[in-house]
Amino acid sequence: MTGHSTEAGVAVQLTDLRRTYSGVNALDGMTLHIEPGEFVALLGPSGCGKTTALRCLAGLEDPDSGTITVAGKDITAIPTNKRDMGMVFQAYSLFPHLTARQNVEFGLELRGQDKARRRARAGDMLDLVGLSAHADKFAHQMSGGQQQRVALARALAIEPQVLLLDEPLSALDAKVRTQLRDEIRRIQLEVGTTTLFVTHDQEEALAVADRVGVMSVGRLEQIAPPAELYSAPRTPFVADFVGTTNRVASRANGATADVLGGPVPLLEGSAQGDVVVLLRPESVRITPVVDEESANATVVSASFLGGHGRVVTRTDADEQVVVQVGNTEVTMYAAGSRVRLSPRGDAALAVAR
Amino acid sequence: MSGRSASLARRQRRFRWVVITLVVAFFVLPLLGALEFTTRELRTGARTGATWATLVDVNKVSTDYPALKEGFLYSIGLSLITVLIMLALLVPTMTWVRLRVPGMSRTIEFICLLPLTVPAIVLVVGLAPVYSWLSAWLTYFFGADIGESTLWLGLAYVVLVLPYAYRALDAGLRSIDVRTLSEAARSLGASWATVMWRVVLPNLRGAVLSSAFLAVALVLGEFTIASLFSRNNLQVAMFLLGKSDAQISVAVGLASLVFAFLVLFAMSFVGNTRSGTSPLSRWRGRLRKEPS
Repeated sequence: MTGHSTEAGVAVQLTDLRRTYSGVNALDGMTLHIEPGEFVALLGPSGCGKTTALRCLAGLEDPDSGTITVAGKDITAIPTNKRDMGMVFQAYSLFPHLTARQNVEFGLELRGQDKARRRARAGDMLDLVGLSAHADKFAHQMSGGQQQRVALARALAIEPQVLLLDEPLSALDAKVRTQLRDEIRRIQLEVGTTTLFVTHDQEEALAVADRVGVMSVGRLEQIAPPAELYSAPRTPFVADFVGTTNRVASRANGATADVLGGPVPLLEGSAQGDVVVLLRPESVRITPVVDEESANATVVSASFLGGHGRVVTRTDADEQVVVQVGNTEVTMYAAGSRVRLSPRGDAALAVAR
Repeated sequence: MSGRSASLARRQRRFRWVVITLVVAFFVLPLLGALEFTTRELRTGARTGATWATLVDVNKVSTDYPALKEGFLYSIGLSLITVLIMLALLVPTMTWVRLRVPGMSRTIEFICLLPLTVPAIVLVVGLAPVYSWLSAWLTYFFGADIGESTLWLGLAYVVLVLPYAYRALDAGLRSIDVRTLSEAARSLGASWATVMWRVVLPNLRGAVLSSAFLAVALVLGEFTIASLFSRNNLQVAMFLLGKSDAQISVAVGLASLVFAFLVLFAMSFVGNTRSGTSPLSRWRGRLRKEPS
């Protein structure tokens, strides 16, 4: 874990949650534990069950079976409005007839707080999300990013036990998304609320979460800190879904496999015998060659991607291998030129061919 | 080429004006005829405002035309009952269907639009035995004799206004994301009643007012069902008055038409105030911009 605060947070436990829609398993025995104050992101393709899991935790969906406990208390049968959870939705959810301040005060008013306290708390929350100057604006007078900020302030104002973020950034443009993503993390660290963040954007999940859970067909495939998830995926699905993966045929002999003419250490759980090794683009070294004898691949294309470059090659064994290079090196690899590929020695997962 | 298109545009413009003139004449000529009739001294043919002066004199109407006053008050009461029952029935039902059973929305729409296809006489023939049975049942069990109550006609009018009210409310519900708003409110601690009262209704204000105005306009102009139920509402009173004092009857008819027009005109002002597209919000916007 990367230093999450536990001051205001509570532990959350989802145990063996199952939920079926018209015969399709949206949740197929999902189990997840979130530490107090931890920021967990659920990542996965559309229909993997991540939103259903979050909605079950919020009380907006009833699981067919399984239990949900928050701070040790079973809340599975408790209605949404009694769960004490703040939620930010994918769709803009500010009440259109209320100003930003009134929106933030809404939950406090329902809790019977007097006007002066409500005002002060709403002011603090809007200050926290940097929107004090927009307190008297209605939703239609604010940008999408501002609306989601107010929604975050509204969710946090009630001092929820758990903060639930249901793809809150997906409707925003790229720049605002990055800004707000960082802001959400800053605020979460500041207030220390246990947070569950659902997204289909892996960069978003890896950038903000203490741990990222990758979901597939209603189950949690792997949950780990971002670096571990990226460097040591436990299943081919996780390796494929998080980051880019090259699939190179090889033969595994115990702890290593020979890939592109060099040994690659294999991760725990790798298959043996005839395998496909899942290699990251940055785990492959590429060198321009002048003599045909040392070459083992041909450049198909090379692209400049800002901070780095990407070279697509085809090996002599007719496999496509993508290599990440420095942004200044892209010009060294013209299409059709011969190159030598070799592993850098990073551990990789091998799956049976 | 440009000469031909210019002549085509001229022809289209002329055709447009012909159509507009015909439509205006179709609607306005009868009203002008009614105005002419109500401002004519019947024996001499001279112009007089006596009929209208009588109509605006509340005391004179009360004493000289008690049936008219009674019918007017009866229709106002009926309008209120109809609007209240219609809103209490439709707003929660339509919201609930949208939130929980969206698959039922077509069925609800079909049921609500059905009265458009049912003639008034069929409605009365069908409803009369139901109401008399209910009346007898209520009298038997609760001792409440409400056989002659306005409530029954109100219920019939609720059926009558369902298609129009449904359309207005449906448009309002489509314009907001009811599901997300109610889920947001629920997550903040709101009960379902609070969600309805504090979140859904304020955002349906325009639609609720539109449906209420439509209901009022329909109820104030309804004759057939009231007559078949032997109730003396405004239209029935006007009809009966027409046999003894045609001028005052036509004047009341004209006034109620103008009132209905004003009600419908008001709808365009109250609807859609949030998005700033209604005349009222444009007017408010101008007021805000003017220096104080």
